[in-house]
This record gives sequence, structure tokens and C-alpha cells, in this order.
Amino acid sequence: MAQSTVPQTASSPIPVRKTPRDRWSNFRKYKALYLLSIPGILYFLLFKYVPLLGSVMAFQDYSIFKGYLGSPWVGLAHFERMFQYPDFLRILKNTLLLAFYSLGIGFPVPIILALLLNEIRRMFFKRTLQTVLYLPHFLSWVVIGGIAIEILSPRTGIVNNILTSLGFDSIYFMGENSYIRTILVSSGIWKDAGWGTIIYLAALTGINPDLYEAAEMDGASRWRQTLSITIPAILPTVTILFLLQIGHFMDFGFERVLVFLNTLNSQNGEIIDTYIYSAGLLDRQYSYTTAIGLFKSVVGLVLIVSGNWLSKKMTGEGLY
Amino acid sequence: MARMSRGQKAFSLFNYLFLSVLGLSMILPILHVIAQSLSSNAAINTGKVFFLPVDFTLSNFRAVVGEKLIWRSFGVSVFVTLFGTLLNLAMTALLAYPLSRSEYLYRKPVLIFVLLTMIFTAPLIPNYLLVKELGMIDSLWSLMLPGAISAFNLFVMRSFFMALPGELIDSARIDGCGEMRILWNVIMPLSKPVMATLGIFYAVGHWNSYASALYYINNRQLYPLQVRLREFIITDSSTINAPAQDAVLTSPEGIKMAVVVVATIPIMLVYPFLQKHFTKGVMVGSIKS
Repeated sequence: MAQSTVPQTASSPIPVRKTPRDRWSNFRKYKALYLLSIPGILYFLLFKYVPLLGSVMAFQDYSIFKGYLGSPWVGLAHFERMFQYPDFLRILKNTLLLAFYSLGIGFPVPIILALLLNEIRRMFFKRTLQTVLYLPHFLSWVVIGGIAIEILSPRTGIVNNILTSLGFDSIYFMGENSYIRTILVSSGIWKDAGWGTIIYLAALTGINPDLYEAAEMDGASRWRQTLSITIPAILPTVTILFLLQIGHFMDFGFERVLVFLNTLNSQNGEIIDTYIYSAGLLDRQYSYTTAIGLFKSVVGLVLIVSGNWLSKKMTGEGLY
Repeated sequence: MARMSRGQKAFSLFNYLFLSVLGLSMILPILHVIAQSLSSNAAINTGKVFFLPVDFTLSNFRAVVGEKLIWRSFGVSVFVTLFGTLLNLAMTALLAYPLSRSEYLYRKPVLIFVLLTMIFTAPLIPNYLLVKELGMIDSLWSLMLPGAISAFNLFVMRSFFMALPGELIDSARIDGCGEMRILWNVIMPLSKPVMATLGIFYAVGHWNSYASALYYINNRQLYPLQVRLREFIITDSSTINAPAQDAVLTSPEGIKMAVVVVATIPIMLVYPFLQKHFTKGVMVGSIKS
């Protein structure tokens, strides 16, 4: 065909008429493209969609010997059991509390930090500081857990050494329910606050400097400029990130909590993810914990949909 | 810039001080850990160790280095990080590239097919049963295959490919290149920045992860370093026996901290090289398609 010698640009495609013959010739011509995409598509089918279908076991009394097809259906029994279980209500409360704390405290921190960093004029200081602030993000939760447990250790930890030298009693921070949530939330902030500033700093550099000059002419103070120029400028970024966070509201992080959890603090520290691991995988209550997992996913989905709806209503900004 | 007023000067001073303290709070805990790993038992126990080693000794590290299981775990982690990252990049690129080309019909449906997996995620147990059915329990495949493509990184890579000039592909085709040659000889050499950035994210993820090993690996010989480290930190007694001549100097705390240091060294070594890449990477990631 004469047409096939005409180069096609990736950016402005020749309009494809969707007759079956055209499709077929497109398939033949770009066979390689379609073949390349097969492994990836198979990956998502096998590792994402198959387990998703497998979630039906939440409505079964799943037994590994009978499989998905042979296990008896029990309807919502596992979900009912869930809400009657004091253990479940306790971990739900922990999960929600930790989620609220990390959203309420953890979310604004990078924004404030980015605003403060933005005021730094000495580039060397700023660069060094950024390097240091990003660093904890790259440490594993086990390493961070190890550092925190060591620092808070009642006998050899630096915090208690300072406390005792000031005449206070040493505190066994990891061994009490009352400290675990604070430790979990603050270690998360320590790890990711600096990292979180990157995206806000990028939004801040996108602001037109003329705006500040004009404001200065009009006699606006720096604080005034921050309120009227900087904050409105980064608000869209803030909204998007907030919505993304809402979607992961209940994902406090299995790896994060498990390093800090022990029998003395699990009353207040255990969350849905660690419960699913211990009750589901270790105690093999497969269907029951899958029901819990499904419940968690549905809550997440409801949150993101309603958050998006609300934000579109109020700011016109949304994820989709 | 106009001269600063008194209030601004005060704020600026406060700001520098505050951020310096914050920066120190990121560094000092790490220094404390390093100091402990290099200090003697007696110094740690009497609470003398702050940010510099006291009674400097390498005995904690000697004890760690003498431990076969730690070396094994180190090897497992290195293996999974290297091959896992290669697999990640290859799998991601293979799907991202066709999806970046307008000649690929059904782009939209495939993109939605991927996007849905970001919104709907399956609970742990069905995932576990799948890995089990595939016979990957107690195999290192279980640490690499189930996470082979991150949907988010796929979108990042796709938007990078789409930003490459389409004329390149055209001229390569006129020169008689097939699709495979185009991908390998034209696209890949131009994609080093995105490969480096995503490679770093994937690699750090592999090195730091321990959940999947906890789920899928029962054989202690195949534990990655992070799982071994977790054992050390959580089971309060050190299972390492120090060489006889070091017995007085080593301590459970010192050994623990030495393992922490060992698990962190690779990250610290590559961190300076990472830094210039990841800021860019986050920017690319923030572009919405």
C-alpha cells in the first residue's frame, strides 16, 4: 500500500477507521507492540485481578482443601462476626485513631516545612538542609524501629539517660499502651516530613515572582504575601495530595506498626493490617480476615469518592 | 530585595534556628546509633554514649561479620534488589512503551484496566493463596514477581515516553528499524533519566521491604536482611555469640546497632548519587496524564 510509506508521528496519529479490516492490518503492522504489552497485561491479570476475584472467600467458609469452588457460601456471616467481636472493635478504633492523628498532624507538617524552607535565602544552607531532611525517607521501617527502640530504651537509651540525669524516673516507652500511638505517629513524621516537602517546594518555585514584587510595591508584608500569594498558589497541590491521603486513610502501614508492636503495647497499637497478618496468615482464619480486609478497602473507596465529591463541590478541584 | 524590618529579621533568625534543630533531629539519632555500635559494653551500660563512640571498639562489628546467617541475608537482599529491580524496569518498560504509542489500539481500555488495580486492591489472604498456588512460597520469586510492576511507576514511565519526540520513531522506521530495534536502540538510550529514577525507587523498595518476606518466606536460610534485623530488634536477646576475645566488649545493644548500621550502609553509600535523581523523579510523577 502506498499509504504505509507515509511516516506516522506518535503525536499526531492518522485517524484510525475502526473497521475490522483496519484493525487487523494495524495488528499485523504493529505486531511487535502488541506482543510487548502481553507480559504486562498478564501480570496485572494474574497478580491483581485473580486475588481480587479471590476476595469472594470473604462470603465463604473457605477451606484450602475445597478451594474457591467447593467451599460453602455463608453470606455475610463473617462481616456480622466482625462487628460482634470486641477484638475487632478495638483494632478498628486503633486504626481510625492513628489515621486521624497522622492525617491531622502528619499532613500539615510538610506544608509548613516547605513554607519555612522557602524563606531560606542562603542556598548552601538550604541544599544541605534538604539533603538531611530527605534522608530518613530512605531508611527502612526496621531500621527506624531499631533506632527508636534503642533511643527510648529504659536502660541504655539516650532519652532515659537524660531523664534520669535530670532526676526523673526512667520510662519504659515501648512497654506501655499510653505511648505507642505517639511513637507511631511521630516516627512517621520523622521519616516522611522532609520528603513530603519536595512536591510543595516544586509548586512554590512555580509561582510568578512578579506577584511578590507587585505586592511589595503595594506595601504588603512578607506575612501578608504568604497569606495572599503563596498559600492560594499551592492550594491546588494541597487539595490533590489531601485527597490522595484520604484514599489511603486506613493504610497506616503494616511494616511501620509491626516493628513497634509487642505484647505490652498491642492493646493500643494493633491495627487492621497487623491483625490480618496475625489472625489471618498465622492463625489461618482465612475467610474472616479477608472479610476484614474487604471492609477496609470499601471504607477507603467510600472515603476517596466522597472526598473527591466534596472537594469538587467546594474548590472545583478533584482527582477525577 | 527591600531591607528587612525588625520583625522579618526576628523571623529569619527563628527560621534558621528552628530548621537547624530539625535538621539535627534527623542526623543525631543516626549518629547515636553509629556511636553505640562502636562503643564498649561498659560505656553503653553506664549511659555515656551520646554522639561519639566511647571506648572505641570494633568488636560489635567483628561479632556481626562472624555471623554466617547475616551474610546469607545480606546476599539474599542484594540478589533480590538487583534482579528484582531489573525485572521491575523490564516489565514496566515493556508495558509502558506500547501504551505510549498512538498506534496501539485499545490504549484507553488497557490504561483503565491498570488504573482499576490502583483503586481496588485485594486483601492479604487471596494474595497469599495465589503465591502459594503458584508454588512460590519459600522461593525468592515471591519477593520479586508479585510486585513486578507498580501501576504508578508505569504511568510515570509512559508519560516520559510520550514526551520523547515522535519524529525519532519515524526516522528510525524510515531507516528500516523494526519495533524492537526502535525500543532498544532509540528509546532506551534516551530513557536513562527515567530508568535511573524509577530504578532507585524500585531498588530502595526491595532493599527496605520485609512484609512480603514475612508473608511468603518460612525458610530462615532465605530471610532478607530486614527480616533478620527485625528478629534482632524484637527478640530482645542477641543470638550472636561474640568471638571469645571480644566477649567483654560486645553488648546486645552494640550488636543490634551494628546490624542496623550494616543494613543501612548500602543506602548511605548510594544516597549522594540518588539525590539528584529523585527530586526530578517526584516532579515527573506529579505530572498528571
